[in-house]
Amino acid sequence: MSPHVFGLTKRINSIKFSLLSPDEIRRMSAVKVITADTYDDDGFPIDKGLMDLHMGVIEPGLRCKTCGGKVDECPGHFGHIELAMPVIHVGFVKNIQNYLDATCRECGRIKLKDDEIEIYKQKIEEAKKMGASPLELLFITKKIIEDAASRPICPHCGAEQKKITLDKPTTFREEGRKLTPKEIRERLERIPDEDLPLLGMNPETARPEWMVLTVLPVPPVNVRPTITLETGERSEDDLTHKLVDIIRINQRLRENRDSGAPQLIIEDLWELLQYHVTTYFDNQTSGIPPARHRSGRPLKTLVQRLKGKEGRFRSNLSGKRVNFSARTVISPEPFLSINEVGVPEEAARELTVPITVTEYNIEKMREIVRRGSNPKGEKYVPGANYVIRPDGRRIKITDRNAEDVAKKLDIGWVVERHLVDGDVVLFNRQPSLHRMSMMGHLVKVMPNRTFRFNLAVCPPYNADFDGDEMNLHVLQSEEARAEAKILMLVQEHILSPRFGGPIIGGIHDHITAMFLLTHKNPKFTKEQAIHMLSYLDYDELPEPHKDENGNEFYYGKELFSLILPKNLNMEFKSKICDPSVCNNKCVYEACPIDAYVVIRDGKLISGTIDENAIGSMKGKLLDRIAKMGSDEARKFIDNMTRLAVGVISYRGFTSGIDDEDIPEEAIIQIHEIIKESIKKTDELIELYKQGLLQPAPGRSIEETLEMEIMRVLAHARDEAGKIASKHLGLENPSVIMARSGARASMLNLSQMAGSIGQQSVRGQRLHRGYQDRTLPHFKRGDLGALARGFVESSYKKGLSPTEYFFHSMGGREGLVDTAVRTSRSGYMQRRLINALEDLKVIEDRKVVDTAGNVVQFLYGDDGVDPTRSSGGENVDMDEILTDVLGDKYLLRRRK
Amino acid sequence: MVRFNVLEHELVPEHYLVPKEEEEKILKELGVKKENLPRIKKSDAVLRVLERKYGHIPIGSLIKIVRKSPTAGRITVYRVVVRD
Ligand SMILES: [Mg+2]
Ligand SMILES: [Zn+2]
Ligand SMILES: [Zn+2]
Ligand SMILES: [Zn+2]
Repeated sequence: MSPHVFGLTKRINSIKFSLLSPDEIRRMSAVKVITADTYDDDGFPIDKGLMDLHMGVIEPGLRCKTCGGKVDECPGHFGHIELAMPVIHVGFVKNIQNYLDATCRECGRIKLKDDEIEIYKQKIEEAKKMGASPLELLFITKKIIEDAASRPICPHCGAEQKKITLDKPTTFREEGRKLTPKEIRERLERIPDEDLPLLGMNPETARPEWMVLTVLPVPPVNVRPTITLETGERSEDDLTHKLVDIIRINQRLRENRDSGAPQLIIEDLWELLQYHVTTYFDNQTSGIPPARHRSGRPLKTLVQRLKGKEGRFRSNLSGKRVNFSARTVISPEPFLSINEVGVPEEAARELTVPITVTEYNIEKMREIVRRGSNPKGEKYVPGANYVIRPDGRRIKITDRNAEDVAKKLDIGWVVERHLVDGDVVLFNRQPSLHRMSMMGHLVKVMPNRTFRFNLAVCPPYNADFDGDEMNLHVLQSEEARAEAKILMLVQEHILSPRFGGPIIGGIHDHITAMFLLTHKNPKFTKEQAIHMLSYLDYDELPEPHKDENGNEFYYGKELFSLILPKNLNMEFKSKICDPSVCNNKCVYEACPIDAYVVIRDGKLISGTIDENAIGSMKGKLLDRIAKMGSDEARKFIDNMTRLAVGVISYRGFTSGIDDEDIPEEAIIQIHEIIKESIKKTDELIELYKQGLLQPAPGRSIEETLEMEIMRVLAHARDEAGKIASKHLGLENPSVIMARSGARASMLNLSQMAGSIGQQSVRGQRLHRGYQDRTLPHFKRGDLGALARGFVESSYKKGLSPTEYFFHSMGGREGLVDTAVRTSRSGYMQRRLINALEDLKVIEDRKVVDTAGNVVQFLYGDDGVDPTRSSGGENVDMDEILTDVLGDKYLLRRRK
Repeated sequence: MVRFNVLEHELVPEHYLVPKEEEEKILKELGVKKENLPRIKKSDAVLRVLERKYGHIPIGSLIKIVRKSPTAGRITVYRVVVRD
């Protein structure tokens, strides 16, 4: 059907579900199971028992009595149990109820008049002809059943109908009298084939009475293997346990029935059999207690095997465990390139790469094999764990046979050698929400037991080092390695398709360090400069400057310029830019706070390098360099992170709570402001109580009051913050971090130094808790600032008990929000992926599905790859004009 | 009888019937077979309006739709009329 898909010769059109008839169950059965026993005293499967050899083999050495196959050859065969009395299949209770309701209790016809039947039949035919989906057909059926069920008298035989109720999960009652499964089965048998289509059934493949079981299929032993513990003790599968129960009760029921036991006893046993069969299908059926193992653990029966996150579908089919993968804790390593990943030696010796032996590498491979699977020595050298002969046999390499195997090694063999530096692997952190969650890295084998990588790669993985673990996959084919290297390598993902800007870039200390290096262009002695540059690949320092005493020195901006690409021209505002300093009129290079970055021919002329230049997500400089090519960008980020480590470790950088110390007068001033504001809110409340408050347009008076109070108190916090910031200058480490964008914000600092401010839940002042008040410490109806969650203290000073409680209320909202958000977005992600997983962009940029159906005629309507765009736009005219006109354009742009 | 013309609604993009003789050329340009095109149901309200203009529109006809796109301004897409 679709020539687009290579290798796809057949396409599934539809899947038909049907019912197994008792005859069919008997026909496919290899053995009638009659005893509940499994193995005899010798550990041999008992004939006609639950482990009968006709149902397949799980022990090596034995042969299947049905097909003669050995353990791996026999696919397993079904057996069956003849039930002494019929029982209801829990999976079809709903259907059975529908059929009982819709048909006559006497004659079994559907309770519709002949002409009505004709009309409904035509309706179904028509819908089918128009290609109605099974769901649409189901909808029609539902209506028919509803209609038929509403008739109190049978239109065919005139019999009066009785109301049938369902006692969950499997007991039907007719006006209080219990219907036995046998009676139910008899009624269902009476429904004629002609009426079945109206009930949504195809009489060619299914009959309603098959929903009441008389024969139970026994799954092959392969499906429920016996597990032999180390102690030699045998442990049966949960399904086998359940089948044992069924057979035992079945036997007792049969004996009692045949010996003519009292009806009461038979009914009890019958119900017990129903319970066991029900829990055999679904052990979480509501209304009955789950069957338990001797240890008290609920049994995992058929439905439990399939359902939910741990079920067959989501855990074993949509997601699988794989070989050649590793998982461990991650930690930072600033001296690795962004492309690299540090792999522990221990893991590197377990993870292998298959290498085909050729005439060119045979000597090297021999050497590797000779080393065995655990080479000794100070330095890590690769060994090999297995060799694979051309006939497909795997030979495990041991210290004993290493020499031997190495000698025998020949062209065409495959050696599974240990990881070496430079191998391509995939590295991943869950939740894998975007494509940068799994990137290609180059291996660097290292001591110790963690995976390590460059800190600039934290943002795409959203990783930190508080115990995060990550997964690593070793690629096993040449094609996979090529794809990983070309498409998935970290340097190819510096620009995010989410916003067309860099997602890999400087964080935290990188930004602080670059700020310290470039802000106001500090001078460094030769010794300092050498130390800071020692982590980089520079053999020579630039020409030094000389001060009045003849001492040589270097400017920080010069040192930074060393890592810039030679032909770079650009200018932009730093993060620290504050328009109010320059009276809202930027003065460019002359900026008094050095906040206008000018780069000419790869030299930093003015401005501070901070988050706006090199930060992940925000860095304009990074963005620009990334567009010069991924190699250039990788080099820049590697150098920048190394330089940052050099700068910050040489200079030293510490932050403490005393960073937020402000003078006594300032504290008094802040108090004054807050007291003033609290007084103002009291005045507003007074005004409100007197009914003098004018409502804002579209608001009630109460809302207006709340709004006004919120405004006054927010203003108070801002003013307090302003006073605090006045005493917190750029020489303060906490302020450096906040202003440069490295971490935290000025608001955080003012909350530490000044006042924490209003706490809120759902954007409103706190108001819930006790009757008409937030806490019993306040009068009922108190609307004042302090009674409604305003925290006047600072973090540094500490909170009063009531303030602490309010703060916890506000803090909880954040926690609840993130918890709710992650679970919801996870579900949304699953549905999106299920809908989009097999769409692809083909050569002419059309988006198609696997059948070649067009989803978009041009990817994103414009065919633009967001990672190759400028913040989502097709072309960045500024960039092009700067490239062409350079200085001239940049200067003209300023006007 | 006054019937509402859905094409005049702000949220409904422009729809045109592609003349039979142009179909082949367009499909060739698109590099798509007709059965792989997005579909529009014969019962779609837009088709009822278009039939007032073009007369009967048989199953399998090509409909050209010109719509606004946040990324590309105005774009042209095609749909094939299907039985519903
Ligand atoms: Mg963490
Ligand atoms: Zn077999
Ligand atoms: Zn009847
Ligand atoms: Zn300025």
